[in-house]
This record gives sequence, structure tokens and C-alpha cells, in this order.
Amino acid sequence: MENRGITFGYGFLTQESSFDVQFSLIEYDGSHSYFRAYLVGLLNTILVSVIGIIFATIIGVVVGIARLSSNYLIERTAAIYVEFFRNIPLLLQIFFWYFAALRALPLPEKAEPIFGVFFLTIKGFFVPAFVWNNLDIFIYSVIAAIIAIVFVRLYAKKKQENQGIQTPVLSISIGLLIILPLLSFFLGGVDASVEIPVIEQLSKTSFTFKGGLKLPPELISLALALSLYTATFIAECVRAGVQGVSKGQKEAAASIGLTPNQVLKLVVMPQALRIIIPPTTNQYLNLTKNSSLAAAIAYPDLVLVFAGTALMQTGRAIEIVSITMLTYLTLSITISIFMNWYNKKIAIKEK
Amino acid sequence: MFKLVKRLTSVVAMFAVLFTFTTETMAAKKSKTLKNTQKKGFVRCGVSQGLPGFSNADAAGNWTGVDVDVCRAVAAAVLGDASKVKFTPLSAKERFTALTSNEIDILSRNTTWTLSRDADIGLTFVGVNFYDGQGFMVRKNSGISSVNDFKAGVSACTNLGTTTELNMRDFFNSKGIKYEPVTFEKADEVVAAYDAGRCDTYTTDKSGLAAQRIKLSNPDDHMVLPETISKEPLGPVVRQGDSVWEDIVRWSLNTMIEAEEYGVTSANADSMKTSDNPAVKRLVGAEGELGAALGLDNEWSLRIIKQVGNYGESYKRNIADTGILPDRGPNQLWTKGGILYVPPAR
Repeated sequence: MENRGITFGYGFLTQESSFDVQFSLIEYDGSHSYFRAYLVGLLNTILVSVIGIIFATIIGVVVGIARLSSNYLIERTAAIYVEFFRNIPLLLQIFFWYFAALRALPLPEKAEPIFGVFFLTIKGFFVPAFVWNNLDIFIYSVIAAIIAIVFVRLYAKKKQENQGIQTPVLSISIGLLIILPLLSFFLGGVDASVEIPVIEQLSKTSFTFKGGLKLPPELISLALALSLYTATFIAECVRAGVQGVSKGQKEAAASIGLTPNQVLKLVVMPQALRIIIPPTTNQYLNLTKNSSLAAAIAYPDLVLVFAGTALMQTGRAIEIVSITMLTYLTLSITISIFMNWYNKKIAIKEK
Repeated sequence: MFKLVKRLTSVVAMFAVLFTFTTETMAAKKSKTLKNTQKKGFVRCGVSQGLPGFSNADAAGNWTGVDVDVCRAVAAAVLGDASKVKFTPLSAKERFTALTSNEIDILSRNTTWTLSRDADIGLTFVGVNFYDGQGFMVRKNSGISSVNDFKAGVSACTNLGTTTELNMRDFFNSKGIKYEPVTFEKADEVVAAYDAGRCDTYTTDKSGLAAQRIKLSNPDDHMVLPETISKEPLGPVVRQGDSVWEDIVRWSLNTMIEAEEYGVTSANADSMKTSDNPAVKRLVGAEGELGAALGLDNEWSLRIIKQVGNYGESYKRNIADTGILPDRGPNQLWTKGGILYVPPAR
């Protein structure tokens, strides 16, 4: 490297980045450091991955079960969806959704409001935003509610083991989640008002929305493409998992008087999950890594912001690529550790 | 007497041969890139992924453009054949790494010369083959006729990893305008997104705007604002640490510009050997031993002019005649009101 006149060092991370990013979860502009630009990219990657994983799981489970439906139409529709979306390269799908969406969506001034407050336009999805007072107290109340729920669950489990009495855990949990944050409004001085996006004129023919929260079209189309693509694989995992539970199990469960819902919840799903979780973990990892294709459509993820712009502006290819690789490695390992923990939890516990 | 003269001339000739031989081998020895290029038989040149006028491939894969011509000039000088160039299309992001990691030997890809690029990352800029500046393209019906008409909330599409990104921030900050940068890795996606209405403006170097405008669905609905917000001297780049190769590329470019200054064209280059002007004679290799200093033969510059043409010819062929920027603006010779001024070849 010395031969080629390349210097090495991570000192640049504290320098002023002097470039802006269109969409950021934390406060950022060009006067912040390269390290903060890295955080912006990382958070955006995590955001699109989390959204993608949630939707891919929902769609995947629904489609996977639909493929097992005895209704011919539902089963075929699900099968066609799976075969279609999993056999087209993801990058093409991203381009399709992005440019198709851009062509199909209206300009801001022509956008029809959805429920009067949502505006889906070519420049982004504008939604009302909450303006908070004492947001921290509200967050504490939510955390307190979650801790309380954990204790309630532990208590309920013990009670069932000792006395055989079932406690309505679900309704208590929901109640806690509503009551504690509500209390924070009345006692903690928390205050939220809703800010609705308002159209604003930039020039004679150019408009945008002001106020509210803006989700860029890049995020929406990327999340859409990632979820629809990964969902096909998850659907196949789900189908394999449910089919992997032997028929005798269901018949035996039914014969001891369990309702169909209970059969699914108490007998089939616990066994199916054991088959579903490991391959689904792979799909989650794939989705996270695939989110790096964001660079193609201007979604400011880690690759675009850090391994793209920051790399270009500093020229520190080795340092930045090494950091980026380590970051993806850490993300993937975190996901697989979590999924392995979950897998162990639902595995057969031999006593 | 006659014998003495004969002997003397042979001694002088021997010395001359020896001298040129030693300088040649010395230069060739010093320059690994030159040696490798001669061994391979082609010049490895990094260009853009398609910017009409600068570096653009046609359907048959033939590259044309003013940036391409720099590489062709080097090939003509070093290998004697302007067609012996291997072009590698690079994105803005890949370009410097490709050069420092030895994938290419010249980067001629509308690259802005800046201090940090020149000094910090193992690169050396050898000159300027196009003086450019950043501008904005907007829709004609938008009512925006000057950069002062931009308002907070404006969204700007541009290329990732360019000086454009930095200039844009400087510009909007100085005006106190909050803007939304939408950055793509490839120029084609920028054009598509701007065309679809994702952005209110498309910003990049003005030459790039002029070239990309042709790719829009209705080029006539768009216009480039008159203001220029930055200096963008674009030029070829080489790896740091091979000063002979650096000189070869620099003087190949300078030869093209100086040839235009002295009126030497691809058509009349051969006949200029008998010119009365020593500067012209030096340029076509009829006087002096300029090639030897670069480790080349003496007709290197003549080959550049004959095979590639002078700068004016290259500009006309690639940029003016294609309708991109018919007006040469600052890219005119200093003698004609422009700022093209190169050191003398002597």
C-alpha cells in the first residue's frame, strides 16, 4: 500500500462528512462526522430489514398456509405467486417496484388523500406525525408495561403449574399496554398532537408536502420488493413445516377432544415450528444482506451512504469496506444467535 | 580528410545511438507501467459507463468521446496504434480503486481534479481536458429560471460519490435551503428517476446535463439553468509513483491542445514536417529529440495528431457535432478567449 501511496487509518471517521443524506432516523447533516453517517446508514439498513422481515413473515405464513388449503383457487394462486416471485432476480424486482411505482404514483398536487391525512405520491408517502412533549416519560411507561407483562406471565405459568388454574394472560397484557401509557398522559405530563402533512408549492408546477412524516418511495419499494421476494421462500418453509407434522398427531389430538384451533395451536404448530425456524433464519439473513441492493435505487442504506458516498469522498476503500463487512457480519450473527435461541426454546425438551 | 569525417560521423552516430538507447531504456526501466503496456500491447483505460461526448460506446462497442481520445492518444504515442486500447467502464464509486489496484493504467472518466483526490489517495492528476462546472436542470414549465428560485423542500437527483454531492450541499447551505438529496449509483437511474418526476431538479456537471438531456423522454421540456455553482476541471488521472507514465499521459494531452494552437490537424500533420516554425516542427517530430525523454521514439506526437487529431478536432467530433455543447465556452484556446493553455513542448 505504501508503494502505491495509499495511507491507512481510521482517523477519518471523526472528520466532518460534508454530504447530506435524504432520509435519516437520527439527526444528521453534512456537518456531522463520517461515523455518524455510518450510523445513519446502519440504522436505515436495520429499518428496511426489520420492516422486510415483519412483512415477509406475515405474507410467508399466510401464503404457506394458503398453499395447503383444500380450496383449489386459493392453493393455485399461492403457488403461482411463489413460483413467480422466487424465480425472478431480486434486483430486477427492486427496479420494477421502484420505477413502476414512480410511474404509477401521482405527483404531489394530484395525490388523493387516503382517510384525509395520508398522501401517497411520487415524492414519498406522507403520513401524519406525532409531536411529543415529554416523550421520554411515555417511553418509560411503555417499558414499565412490558416488564409488568413479563412478570404477569411468569406468575401465570407458576400458578398453572401449581394449581392448574389458567390466567387470561393476553387480556391482562393488552390492558397493561394501554393503561400504563395512558396514565403517563394524565399524570406524567406527556402530550402528543398530530401534525398532518400540508401541500406546499415549490414553484409554478412543482409541489411537495410539509409537516408530518415522510417515507421516501425508495424505502417503500425496497421493503415491498424484499418482503415479496423473501416471503416466497418463507411460504415454502411454512408449508414444509406443517406438512412435516405427521397426520396421526392431528388425528390423535382431535380424538382427545381438542378443538381445531387448539389442535393447530397446541399440537401442530409447536412441532411445525421446529421444522420452520432453521430455514427461516436463513431467509432472514438473506433479506438483511439483500437489503444492500438499496444502492441501486437511492435508498440511503449502509452500502449507499458509507460504502458508497463516504468511500468516494475519503477514498479509504480498505478501511470502509472492512468496517462494512464487519457490520454485516455482526448483523447476521446477531440475527442467527437470536433465532438459535428461539429455536432452542421451542425444541423438544427431553427430560 | 574524407576518412576522418566519415569516422567522426560514425562515432557521433554511435554516441547518438548509444545515448538514445540509454535514455530510452532508462525511461522504460523507470516506468513499470510503460513496460507493461508495451508488453501487453494495449493501453488499459478506465472510462464512464456511458456519457455521450466524453466516453460512450455505440451498439458495436466502439468507444468515442473526448475522454476516450486521451487514451487513444496515449496508445498512439506508446504503441503506435490509437485503436490498441482496452476500455473498462467504471462507476463513479469504482473508478479510483480500479486505478490504485492496477486494474487500469489511465482513468479518463470526467473526473474532477481536487486537492484531496490528488494528494490523499494515491492518485495524480495530469491535466485538464475539459473545464466544467456544476449546474441544475429543471422542467421548463416549472417557472424556475434561476437557482435563486429554489425553495426549501426541493428534491435533487444526482450521482453517488461525486463532487456534485458536496457542491450541492455547499450551495443549498449557503442559500439556507433545506433540500432532499436523492443519490443513485448509475447515471441512467438518475435520469429515469428525474424523468419520472421523483426530483424537482437534476444536478451534475453542465456537460453531463447537456449530454444526459438527450436521454430524457422529452428533452425539449427541460432546460439547464444559467448559473454555474462550482469549478469542475475534469482530467485524466494516473497512479502516483510512476512519473514517466505520468509525463507520457500529460504530454499526450498537451500535444493535442498545442497542435490545435499551431493549426496542426490530422489532415495536414505530415506536410507540417517542412514547416518554417520550429515549434510546429518539434510537434510533428521533425526537430528535437523530445520523444527520447519520455522513453518513446521521435514520432510519438505526430502519431497522436495523425491518428486522433488535435483537441479542436476531438471536441468538434465528439461534443459540438453531436449537439451536446456546440459552444466551446472556456474550453477554447487561450488565444481565442478560452482558458486552454498548455506549457510548450520543447
